Amino acid sequence: MKFPDQLIPAPLRKPAKPGQNGHGNGSAPANLKDSPPERQADSQKLLDKAKEAPIDVAGWVDQRTGATSFVTGMLYRKVPKGTNWFYTLGSATLFAFAMQALTGVFLSMYYTPSPVEAYGSITHLTNDVFLGEFVRGTHKWGASVMTILIFLHMGRVFFFGAYKYPRELNWVIGVVLLILTLVMGFTGYLLPFDQRSFWATVVGVNINGTGPVVGPYLSDFLRAGAEFGPSTLSRFYAIHMLLVPGLMIALIGAHMYLVVKLGTTAPPWVRGAKPKPSRTVERVNAGANGRNGHNGASANGHSRVNGGNGRRVGKDDESQRE
Amino acid sequence: MADDTGDKEKQGAVGTPHGQPTPEAPGYFEGESMTRRRVFTVAAQGVGGLAGMAIALPAIGFAVAPIFSREDETWEGVGPVADFDAATYKPVVFTIVEDIGEAGKTLAYVRKGDEKLEEDPGEYIAISTRCAHLGCPVRYVEAAGNFICPCHGGVYDFQGKVIGGPPVRPLDRFQTRVTNGKVELGPRYSVTSQLEPVRTRDPGEFTGGIWEYLYPPRPSTPPAP
Repeated sequence: MKFPDQLIPAPLRKPAKPGQNGHGNGSAPANLKDSPPERQADSQKLLDKAKEAPIDVAGWVDQRTGATSFVTGMLYRKVPKGTNWFYTLGSATLFAFAMQALTGVFLSMYYTPSPVEAYGSITHLTNDVFLGEFVRGTHKWGASVMTILIFLHMGRVFFFGAYKYPRELNWVIGVVLLILTLVMGFTGYLLPFDQRSFWATVVGVNINGTGPVVGPYLSDFLRAGAEFGPSTLSRFYAIHMLLVPGLMIALIGAHMYLVVKLGTTAPPWVRGAKPKPSRTVERVNAGANGRNGHNGASANGHSRVNGGNGRRVGKDDESQRE
Repeated sequence: MADDTGDKEKQGAVGTPHGQPTPEAPGYFEGESMTRRRVFTVAAQGVGGLAGMAIALPAIGFAVAPIFSREDETWEGVGPVADFDAATYKPVVFTIVEDIGEAGKTLAYVRKGDEKLEEDPGEYIAISTRCAHLGCPVRYVEAAGNFICPCHGGVYDFQGKVIGGPPVRPLDRFQTRVTNGKVELGPRYSVTSQLEPVRTRDPGEFTGGIWEYLYPPRPSTPPAP
């Protein structure tokens, strides 16, 4: 008796025979000598090879770096239900940082960090250089944009409770990044070297100096001496474009590594369905009974990590995974 | 736990992970206290640490050196003695930091000592315009006889003592001397609320009493007169 194909599960079906129902290659030509199969012209073959070239190159790199599995693992990871536009604030901050880095590199091509020439180089850059005003303006306003975005991002993480276990370390790294962003704002403010930036820096350094015991030495470190002197500006410039950006790039890398490793949290208003015995719970029970107890416990811990909240063990994230 | 013992037996030939030598290891001798592996690990890390320090410590020292170095004292003439009297201040501009153009210049208000204020009439008093709050430039307002800061509203009396606003101590002063009939200004110094000279403090730092320890004097500043 022959069942219709629709009734048989796909893996159990027989593969279609060649030429059946219009599928497959069809039967062989009756006489190969009289009617040989058409062959592609050499030019066509070359063209096809050329079309494959980008894929071949990508494949060559991928075979040697494993980049695809890394990138797909990073980009196509599971996100919890309820993920919304607030979750883009971190990426927006990262984009602002990238813009600051890019425009900053170009600004440094024209800027002279010397007390006598700094103001002149800034006016030259702003007024004479092609698009200089635009690049400088992007850098100047981008600094404010980045500060605002990083605060909003911090607010999102705080109000969504996303700083909780196991993401405390990422919160700490984020706070350091916030402080470094403010240090960037502080050190960059001096560089135009006009009246406003000079006096703002005098005041800012003196505020640093009001810290008991270490404050006075911190002021001396920032100014490179007891008074605002010849190397104060170059010191601020070095901190602004070498020291702090390097630290920030390293910490952003760590921050994003932890985001990818730990996943993101669901918003607090997303609640899973009524608790039901999920696969995770079954696994835990099985682990408790059998010899595999340790594995069962770690599976449970893993799902807590992805769910981001102890209350919702194996609820919404399990439903995501099915 | 059963697995652990198995591991130890396997590794016994080359020494345990904790570096305790075992007699089965090749090259073992009586009295050996470390495995070869541990010796090389410690040595490599030690040499690497030393090499890192050899670069990092000088670099850090280079960056913090200005905290410990003091500039030479400079004295600059600001006008003949006849220019200054005890009744009012005369503003003078002079250089406190060389080679940085306008940014190295500062304004000082200079007058003669006044007997009525218990000052030595032979001395000259030079008040720094650096506000003792956060370092904005104060100006002397003739009509009020006060120094007023534009930033946060600090007010100082004729002698530079605080009479209003947020400043934490009187205005700084510059050392003065008379050479060949000209008044010369020298290094800056700070004063306590009783106008006793102390080593220069930055704006925002209290002077006198316990504050001398909470805001310690910095090696980069000249000693008080």
